[in-house]
Amino acid sequence: MTRRRQLLGVMAVAALLGTAAVGCGGSDDGASADGSVTLEFAQWWAPELPAGSFDKLMTEFTAQNPNIKVKLLSGPYASTKQQLVSGAASKTLPDVVGLDGAWVNDFAKQGAIADLSALMTDANYDQNQLASQIQIQGTTYMIPVVNFVYPLFVNNDLLSKAGVTTPPSTRTEFLDAAKKVTALGGNVKGWALPLDTAVPNGIQNDVMSWLWASGGTMLTKDGKPDLTSAQVKSTIEYVKSLNDADVIAPGSLTMKEQDKVEKFTTGQVGMVIDSLAHINLIKKNNPSLNFTVLPLPAEDSYTGKRGIPYASWGIGVADSSEHKAEAFKLVEFLMSKEKNAELSTLANGFPGNKTAEPDFSNSDPLFKTAFDIYQAGYPANEFVGLPKSEDLMRSFDEQLQLTLTGKQSADHTLSKAQEDWASVL
Amino acid sequence: MNSAKLDHAPPAPPAPVAVVAPQTRAAPPGRARRFLAKSGAPFGYLSPTMILIFVLMIIPIVMVISYSFKDNVIVQQNSVFVGFANYTTVLTDPDFLAALKNTFVFITVSTVAHLVLGLGFALMLNTSLLSGWTKAIFRIIYILPWLFTVAVIAVIWRLMLDPSGVVNYLLTTLGGMQEGVNWLSDPGKALWALTFINIWAGFPFFMISILAGLQGISGDLYEAASVDGAGPVRQFWNVTIPQLRPVLISMAVLDLIWTSQQFALIWMTTGGGPLNVTEMLSTYTYKQAFSSYEFATASAAAVIVLLLTMVLAFFYVRLQKER
Repeated sequence: MTRRRQLLGVMAVAALLGTAAVGCGGSDDGASADGSVTLEFAQWWAPELPAGSFDKLMTEFTAQNPNIKVKLLSGPYASTKQQLVSGAASKTLPDVVGLDGAWVNDFAKQGAIADLSALMTDANYDQNQLASQIQIQGTTYMIPVVNFVYPLFVNNDLLSKAGVTTPPSTRTEFLDAAKKVTALGGNVKGWALPLDTAVPNGIQNDVMSWLWASGGTMLTKDGKPDLTSAQVKSTIEYVKSLNDADVIAPGSLTMKEQDKVEKFTTGQVGMVIDSLAHINLIKKNNPSLNFTVLPLPAEDSYTGKRGIPYASWGIGVADSSEHKAEAFKLVEFLMSKEKNAELSTLANGFPGNKTAEPDFSNSDPLFKTAFDIYQAGYPANEFVGLPKSEDLMRSFDEQLQLTLTGKQSADHTLSKAQEDWASVL
Repeated sequence: MNSAKLDHAPPAPPAPVAVVAPQTRAAPPGRARRFLAKSGAPFGYLSPTMILIFVLMIIPIVMVISYSFKDNVIVQQNSVFVGFANYTTVLTDPDFLAALKNTFVFITVSTVAHLVLGLGFALMLNTSLLSGWTKAIFRIIYILPWLFTVAVIAVIWRLMLDPSGVVNYLLTTLGGMQEGVNWLSDPGKALWALTFINIWAGFPFFMISILAGLQGISGDLYEAASVDGAGPVRQFWNVTIPQLRPVLISMAVLDLIWTSQQFALIWMTTGGGPLNVTEMLSTYTYKQAFSSYEFATASAAAVIVLLLTMVLAFFYVRLQKER
């Protein structure tokens, strides 16, 4: 009898565990007995904002929409990406998702994110207030909530110590300034170029930015790669000339973005192309660093508007969500004039709503300077919306590394990259 | 014979209900039930583990294997069976072959170095030439690398091996070198630098295991060897090594398996670069899945890694059985 009881007990535990394990794979539709809906919102924004500020915004949303609760799933950018890639594959994405423009095409192709054009129409949403929308074949899948631009950060003290009196505005002036800063000696170099292939966004932010600043493009009008064009070749040859002049901080082939920021913060490099989002971090880590932000240098003969690279905190809705209308209410809330301005101010970015005006009164004056640069030029990031954009950056990165290490010519690099990209685009 | 007898036997008088009833209930359980209870009980006890293994291991492995035979899996709704096409793609991909070669170098050098360093430090900690306090201090120092998480190890070594980091500072200041070395970004040095970091991070586990093995060797064996005229070197080769052999082989096989699965350290230090010289099977598979969204080829690569690991696991299990 005792034995039978033991056996039954073990079987019961096993059955319970089995049920629990299988149950883990099931999904909850987010609706509770009282008729309220709980939306899951996965993003990397909350950890990058002042503590508690994003939760406060969500509380305000819930106050305005008592039947909708929001459960924030917050994590760093990289882990959020992995979570979303897995969720997209298994069709278990949270209801609302923070998106990077580089992911949109792949998620849309998988049918993981919803058609926002239809949701906007259903909700009678005025699309004219949006600064931009990320579309795939005419359908919107992502709305940029906050934009972060990448101007040129310049260490004023190093440049003046090196005898650079005029801020570099052209490629020639930049090379000259970088040479002079490098000539200061020690561990100081003129520029930092992060080409780590694990996260190859250095190609977007630090290489192609030179192309966009001169009004160039890496794509044809019909969206095909155009890497063998004279403009792209000029860009690559310019980057190589900086490398040959030994003005780039050593270790660039495996340098990560955070290494670049660290080197600029510690005064080891005179100039970097970096996100405005890092201004506070730099000032926190080195309050005495005297630096400013400038438009990216362009080709010497270029007089047109300058493209400035940007990254966005984008938002989308999961196609598998059973509460798309409620999810879009959250999107509407974050894109409203008042809240979008508030969020942009908190994030030190530029609003995705054209009518929103960020409050720079309590911000660092550099944000106002950057806003002026942003308004004088145009946001440029041709990787946004491309399929497998990270893979495209990586394949270009690997080819560029071969050129910088003298293993192949710039022409060969571009024709090989063109071949790689053509198989994707 | 018995049945014939029964056929011709006179009909038995009806038995009283009170007597028959217990007999009909007791008859089937009897031997069969005891047998079932006896043979089923172990499975009952094992069933929680078996269910978990089935749900968390068998199902994912079967899914990955099935993905490896399909095209456009996960990213498209209707994937099709393509046979071994993904395996052909992977096995003819120069990046995969480079990753295979790099992984071989990485795990072989790491394992040999782990064994040699682990044995050396274990012998030092087991010696009678040092006092107990000295050995305790060194034991703590030596085990420190094992206590750090991979993320911390990656950050520490990235900072130390930075072109303007501590290692280059020491080499240029004390070592008389003119210029610092790009340890992790020079294609000629990155794989060795990465292997060094992995050796540093992993040797304490070998040291502790071998030390436990050393402390289990009977002093009588050394005494007998000494009486036979064997010196310290002879004793090491003829007593210590044979006695440690099962531990050393088991540890080596396990280390080969573990190191072949190393991902986080590589990803956080070099990311497979520069110029793919530190690309390993793990990073190659990750990039296929999470960067190229080629889950089918990623699955094929993962199955190949699984097969290679199973060969090692087979030797490990066989060794364990021999013991």
